[in-house]
Amino acid sequence: MYVATKGGEKAIGAAHAWLDEVRRGDPAQPELTTTQVEQQLGLAVDRVMAEGSCHDRGLAALAVKQSRGDLIEAAFLLRAYRTTLPRFGASLPLDTNAMAIQRRISATYKDLPGGQVLGPTFDYTHRLLDFRLAAEGGLPAGAPQGEPDPSPTPRVTELLAQDGLMQREAPEESEPGDLTRQPLSFPADRPLRLQALARGDEGFLLSLGYSTQRGYGGNHPFVGEIRMGEIAVEFVPEELGFAVDLGDITITECQMVNQFKGSRTEPPQFTRGYGLVFGHGERKAMSMALVDRALRSPELGEGSEAPAQQQEFVLSHCDNVEATGFVEHLKLPHYVDFQSELENVRTMRAAAMKERGE
Amino acid sequence: MSTDAGYNFAYLDESTKRMIRRALLKAVAIPGHQVPFGSREMPLPYGWGTGGIQVTAAVLGPRDVLKVIDQGSDDTTNAVSIRAFFRRTAGIATTERTAEATIIQTRHRIPERKLTEGQILVYQVPIPEPLARLEPRIAETRRLHAMADYGLMHVKLYEDIAKHGHIATSYSYPVMVNERYLMSPSPIPAFDNPKMHMMPALQLFGAGREKRIYAVPPYTHVRSLDFEDHPFRPIRAPHACELCGSRDTYLDEVLVDDKGGRIFVCSDTDHCQERQAMKEAAE
Amino acid sequence: MSTPLMEARGLQLRFGRVAALDDVAIDIHPGEVVAIVGESGSGKTTLLRVLSGLMRPDAGAVTYRGEDVLAMPEAARRRLMRTEWGFVHQNPRDGLRLGVTAGGNIGERLMAVGARHYGNIRAEATEWLKRVEIDPARMDDIPGKFSGGMQQRLQIARVLVTRPKLVFMDEPTGGLDVSVQARLLDLIRALVADLGLAVLIVTHDIAAARLLAHRILVMRQGQVVEEGLTDRVLDDPQHAYTQLLVSSVLAA
Repeated sequence: MYVATKGGEKAIGAAHAWLDEVRRGDPAQPELTTTQVEQQLGLAVDRVMAEGSCHDRGLAALAVKQSRGDLIEAAFLLRAYRTTLPRFGASLPLDTNAMAIQRRISATYKDLPGGQVLGPTFDYTHRLLDFRLAAEGGLPAGAPQGEPDPSPTPRVTELLAQDGLMQREAPEESEPGDLTRQPLSFPADRPLRLQALARGDEGFLLSLGYSTQRGYGGNHPFVGEIRMGEIAVEFVPEELGFAVDLGDITITECQMVNQFKGSRTEPPQFTRGYGLVFGHGERKAMSMALVDRALRSPELGEGSEAPAQQQEFVLSHCDNVEATGFVEHLKLPHYVDFQSELENVRTMRAAAMKERGE
Repeated sequence: MSTDAGYNFAYLDESTKRMIRRALLKAVAIPGHQVPFGSREMPLPYGWGTGGIQVTAAVLGPRDVLKVIDQGSDDTTNAVSIRAFFRRTAGIATTERTAEATIIQTRHRIPERKLTEGQILVYQVPIPEPLARLEPRIAETRRLHAMADYGLMHVKLYEDIAKHGHIATSYSYPVMVNERYLMSPSPIPAFDNPKMHMMPALQLFGAGREKRIYAVPPYTHVRSLDFEDHPFRPIRAPHACELCGSRDTYLDEVLVDDKGGRIFVCSDTDHCQERQAMKEAAE
Repeated sequence: MSTPLMEARGLQLRFGRVAALDDVAIDIHPGEVVAIVGESGSGKTTLLRVLSGLMRPDAGAVTYRGEDVLAMPEAARRRLMRTEWGFVHQNPRDGLRLGVTAGGNIGERLMAVGARHYGNIRAEATEWLKRVEIDPARMDDIPGKFSGGMQQRLQIARVLVTRPKLVFMDEPTGGLDVSVQARLLDLIRALVADLGLAVLIVTHDIAAARLLAHRILVMRQGQVVEEGLTDRVLDDPQHAYTQLLVSSVLAA
C-alpha cells in the first residue's frame, strides 16, 4: 500500500552534512583561511560587501568561504547578518574630495589638477593566463614607490560646476530614507534610487548600463572621473554633538558627465550620473552611474521608454538576493497548484476532443 | 526544546515586531487592503516564506502551538525547515495536528478541518497583487485599488470564458473581500477559496519580497469573482483518496509507475490520518 | 435654451512662456456637437484635456451639470469617465486594449459599472459591433489585427456602450485614409444623432467640423478668436485667422 513520504527533517540534516563536506573539499589539502580570502580574493570580498550592503571585510570573507565562492549566496549571508544589527543612525556624508587616492582617472581631460593615477588596475594587462601563479611561491617584484603628491585632487564635476557647465545637485536637508527599513514606494526619490542601485546586482546593472549605450535610452556619457581610495567615515553621536571618526574604508566613486539639452526653465548644461560602491568596484560604479542618469530621464523630460529609464522596472529587479530567492523558489513543491492546472487542462482537452468528434 | 541564545524570541527584534503588528492592525482594519511594511532580510530566501515567517514571528507568543504546512503537508522540506526555525529561535511547541495548533503557517493550502475562533492562519504570499499579471506597475495598481476600479480583472475572466468556455483560473483565484478590495488568496487552489468566506479564524497574509501585509478578519465576506451565468466552481480531481476514501477533500495525484499508473491521496496529510484513524477505530 | 451640460470660464494655462490657454470660455449643451478647430499648437487639444479633467489649468472654472470638475476627487472623475463621459483618442491604440478581444474591449466598460452576466455582455457587444459596422464574427479576435478604421470604430463602440452623455473626441479621423475618414464621419454623425450625444470634437479638418458640428470655436495661440453656428462661421468668417483657415481648405 502507498505510504506518504516522511522524514523530511532527516533528509535535510543529511543534505547539510554533505554540503559541509563538499565545502571543505579534499581534507588532504590545507584549509583556506578567511584571511587568505580577504587578502587574495579581495575583489570578491568587495563585491559581497557592496551587494550585501555591509562593510566588513572579515565577515564578507567568511561569507565567501561559507558559500563556496557563490557570491550571491555570500551577499545573502551578509545581509541576513546585517539585518540583526541595531541601527544607530546615519554617518555624515562622505567627502570624496578628501580621499587618499589610489586610483583616479578622467576621460574628459588629458591632464588636470592632481593628475591621472592608474593604481592597481587590470586595464592594460594582456589577458594571458599567468602560469607562474599556478606554480605557487615567490613574491611579486613589487611596484616602485614614488613620492606622495600632496597637491589636492578636486573632482572634475566640481571644476565644471564652477563654470556653470555642470548642474549642481541640491543638497538633501533631511536624512535620506532607508530602504532596508521602509518599503520602496514609487516614484522613489534619488537618494533611495541610489541606495537600491548601490546594493543592486553588478551583472544586472552592467547589462542595463550597456543597453543605454546601445541606444535603449542613450545619454551620451563621458567618464568625468573615477576615483578609488580610502576615506574616513564620521558619525555624530547625539550625546556628544560632534563628529567622531569611525575609521577608514575603501570606496570607488564614478561620476559620469552627460549632456542635457535644456528645457524651458533651464539652460543647456551637463548633468551627472553617480555611482558609489564599497571597495574597489569600478565596473559596478560605472554601471550604477549610467543607470542613475538613465533613471533621471523622466524628470529631465527625456522620456521613459527604455528599460533603464523605468524606475519601477529597474528598482524592483536589481536586487539579486530578492531575485535569486524568487527564481529559486520554483524548486519548492508546487504540486497542489499543478494538480489544479492538471484538472483544468484535462477538462479543456476533453471539451476540445468532444467538439472535434462532433 | 532549546532556543538559540544569540537571537531575540522568534528571531526578530521587538521594535521590528511592533512595526509588523502595526501593519497587521491596519490590515485587519481594512480587510483585503495591502499594507506596505518594512520587510526585513530574513535568514531564509525570499520567495520561500519570508513574509509568512515575519507575520508568524510578530504574532507568536511563548504559549502558542505552531503548525507549518506546505502543499497541505507538514512533512514537505520547506515546512520542516520553517518549523525547525521557530523551534530553534522561539523554543515554542509545534504540532502536526490542525486541531491543536493556535497558529498555522501555510503555503498553498487551507486545512480541510474547519478552523476556529482561537486560531490564526498565516499565508505565505509570493505575489500579493491580484492585478499584477494584468498591470505590472505598482503605482498604477495602487490607484486602481483606491478607486475600486476592477473592470480589468473582470476582463481577464471574460477573456477566459471567450477563449476556453469557462474561467480557466485554477489557483490564485481572485476574491473580493468585504465587497470592497480585490485580493489574491495566495496560490491556494480555487477549491480552497470558499473556506475563506466567513471563516471564524483570523487570516493573515505576508509577502516578504514584495513587502506587503494584508488580512481577512474573522467572519468576513469573501467572494470569488465570477459571472451570474458562469458561476465560480471549485475544482478537484474527481476521485476518492486512496488512503482514507475521502471524496470531498483536495487530492494530490501520485504517479506510481511509468505506465500511466496513478493514485490520488489527500493533500492535507493530517486530515487524512485523522480519517484513517477513525476508520480503523470503527472497524 | 437648455442649461449647459458643461461650462468653462476664464481658463488659463501656461507652459513656460507659451500660453496654451488664454482666458478661454466654452459651453456645451445636451445633444450638441461643438468642434474646436485651429492649427496644431493652437491649444485645442490642451482645452480638451483640461475640460475632461486630464490636466489642471492654472486658473479658471469647469463645471459639469453644475458640479465643479476641478474640485472633484479623482475617484469621482474616473467614475464619470467610465459612465457619463467618454474619450475617443486620435490613436485607437491609446483607447483600446490591443491584447484583449474586441468583445472584451466593449465589455470592459459594462463590467466596470457592474455587469456580471456573461451572456448579456456578449449580446450587448454583438449589438455594438453591428452598430459600428464590424462583423460580430470578429468578436473574439484581437483588435491588434484590425485595420486602422476598424480599430477606431471599435474604440467608438467601447466608449458608447455605456451610453455616455458627453463624449470628448481628439482628432478621431486623424490617422486614417481619406476614404476611410468619410465613412467614419458618417458613422459618427449617425450615432451622435441617434443617441442624442453631446460631443466636443477637436479637429484641424474644417470639412469634418462642417459635417458634424452644430457650433464651432476657432482657436489660435491659446485664445478663442471666433465662435458661432457652424454655417455662419464657415460661410461668413469674421476673424482674419478664420478667413485664412477657411480659404486654405477651399484652396486645397
